[in-house]
Amino acid sequence: MKALGITATFIFTTILGAGAPQAKGPTIKIGAIFSTTGPAANLGGPEARTLEMLVQEANQKGGIGGYQIDLVLKDSGSSPEKAISLAKRLIEEDKVFAIIGPSTSGETLKIKSIAEEGKTILLSCAAAEAIVNPVASFVFKVAPSDSHAARRIFEQMKKMGISKIGLLSSNTGFGKAGKEQVEKLAPGFGIQVVANEVYDKDATDLTAVVTKLKAAGVQAFINWSIEPAQAIVIKNARQVGLSIPIFQSHGFGNIQYAKAAGPAAEGVIFPASRLLVADTLPADDKQRSVLLKYKQSYESHYKEDASTFGGHAHDALLLLGKAVDKAGTLDKEKVRAALENLQGVVGTAGIFNFSARDHGGLGMDAFEMQTVKNGKFVVFSDTAAKK
Amino acid sequence: MSLDLFFQYLVAGITYGTIYAIVAIGFNIIYNTTGIINFAQGEFVMLGGMIGVTLHALVPMPVAIAGAVVVTMLVGALIEMLFIRWLRRPSVLRLIIITIGLSIGIRELALLLWGEGVRALPYFTGTAVTSLSIGDVHISPQVLWVLGISAVMVAALNFFFARTLLGRQMRACACNREAAQLCGISAKNMVTLSFVLSAGIGALAGCVISPITYVQYDSGTSLALKGFTVAILGGLGNSMAAIAAGLLLGSLESFSIWVMPAAYKDVIAISILLLILFVRPTGLFGNAEAARLKDY
Repeated sequence: MKALGITATFIFTTILGAGAPQAKGPTIKIGAIFSTTGPAANLGGPEARTLEMLVQEANQKGGIGGYQIDLVLKDSGSSPEKAISLAKRLIEEDKVFAIIGPSTSGETLKIKSIAEEGKTILLSCAAAEAIVNPVASFVFKVAPSDSHAARRIFEQMKKMGISKIGLLSSNTGFGKAGKEQVEKLAPGFGIQVVANEVYDKDATDLTAVVTKLKAAGVQAFINWSIEPAQAIVIKNARQVGLSIPIFQSHGFGNIQYAKAAGPAAEGVIFPASRLLVADTLPADDKQRSVLLKYKQSYESHYKEDASTFGGHAHDALLLLGKAVDKAGTLDKEKVRAALENLQGVVGTAGIFNFSARDHGGLGMDAFEMQTVKNGKFVVFSDTAAKK
Repeated sequence: MSLDLFFQYLVAGITYGTIYAIVAIGFNIIYNTTGIINFAQGEFVMLGGMIGVTLHALVPMPVAIAGAVVVTMLVGALIEMLFIRWLRRPSVLRLIIITIGLSIGIRELALLLWGEGVRALPYFTGTAVTSLSIGDVHISPQVLWVLGISAVMVAALNFFFARTLLGRQMRACACNREAAQLCGISAKNMVTLSFVLSAGIGALAGCVISPITYVQYDSGTSLALKGFTVAILGGLGNSMAAIAAGLLLGSLESFSIWVMPAAYKDVIAISILLLILFVRPTGLFGNAEAARLKDY
């Protein structure tokens, strides 16, 4: 079926190719690798849909920097191995100008060196600090760092007088990277991790794990994962009568999990980008208009709630467009340099300020502490006083 | 360690166990009549849950569940008629590969139809945070629902296979296909029926467990893996044994989390499973003599 589609597209473009592109001007070929299927599908799905929508919109308006976008979208099935072969194919065979994605940290870390050696700009939509630290000149990331998320959680915990916590994480790249950050940063905030458990990403029930937290007598716990398990764990915690504050990672930033957990999700505290609470932001918020525009066009286009992950794809394309605009040419090195010097670009995840040393571009303030109230994401009230 | 804690781990084990058991029962039906393992069984569970959730947007829950069971049964019948019925003396290996292929196909189709999001039916009693408490031990009412429905299902199946003519015909086909055909039983119809039955049971399981586990297009695979393990552990073809084995495996997993990091849960459970199978290759409650008559 897929092969048929590709063939059809091929024939279609060959037949029409003679006339159409010349009339529309030069093209820029952009590759994208997303986990459209597999365990991280809830990241890759919205990302792929966002990119398809935005590329179509951009092309109708004359493309980016005057170039029509030719998007080559690939599904990695959330598998790092597949991401490697896709990255190689995009760089060597499709000869794309830049790659957007992958969706997960595990995949990105596996193709970091491939993009660097292939001198192809990589705009990862994943969170792990290790993607941009150490810096690879062609590798950027648009998702906020897990270390920032951990710091924001700890700041909040200190305010609440919490010092003994439990940590749960899933056995994925995201869970592992988050676990490392939490373990590393906790002592600096005077917080002690007294129970530390890793569970399987396909877990269907976690009652025994939360029972262990209960027995350890923790004052709060953090869960770090992106799978349905993050909704299951809060449900199980409440079922066994664990009434302590629950913190989640920014992986919780998809309303479907809050909906799935129903009343159990109420009061869960997590750091996430402002996209989720766009309509409740004050009118003078710098990101407000960008957020609302993306959110509204995504939601009217696909009839589903926008998530922060789709926002990452939005930001990646936006940044690439700005860089191409600024460089004024399709020279990979010049566009890379332009990207590295972008300042004050307002995206959905925050305000990007890249530099030669910082290819992440986002600060701690990219995160807003949020909670779930009546089945909706709202800004956590304690933080309203903070700057 | 406190007694409360012990019982809380036991409750967790029962929760795991009932989920595994209710999935395992479906494996047994097709095995009982055809001697093959249907590797698309997990997809029946997923389909049941998905269709149940979809219908629930339109009709009350009992109707939605009944609808999901009926639709999944039709899918089961369709699959058997399209892919299995016309095969002449298929080998076990060939059937296994067909069912694996079907499971992949159904999964992709579900992805196209429903997307990658997670869904769930609401809790049958109370909400996600409701639990029944005895002292400091808490259990979600949904676990009792799963347990109760599994028990009713096993009782009904046992009655069906032991007491009704149709059930006996199905068993006859499993024991000796040629002899059954000589007695005028249509073996082909019996196989179709077994697919219909196990699809229905899978769908019911999918609906009942969906509030606990959630359902998404690929959730069938991991459920089927544990369900299959439990079916083997109990002894293939024996539904009652599947429940006992499910509860045993669930408790093993739960108590292993008590004493070891949760990450080792599956290692411990699978090691014990292997040990049991070394000693009793036919499963805990399997009959060695009966197993020898089967194809594998």
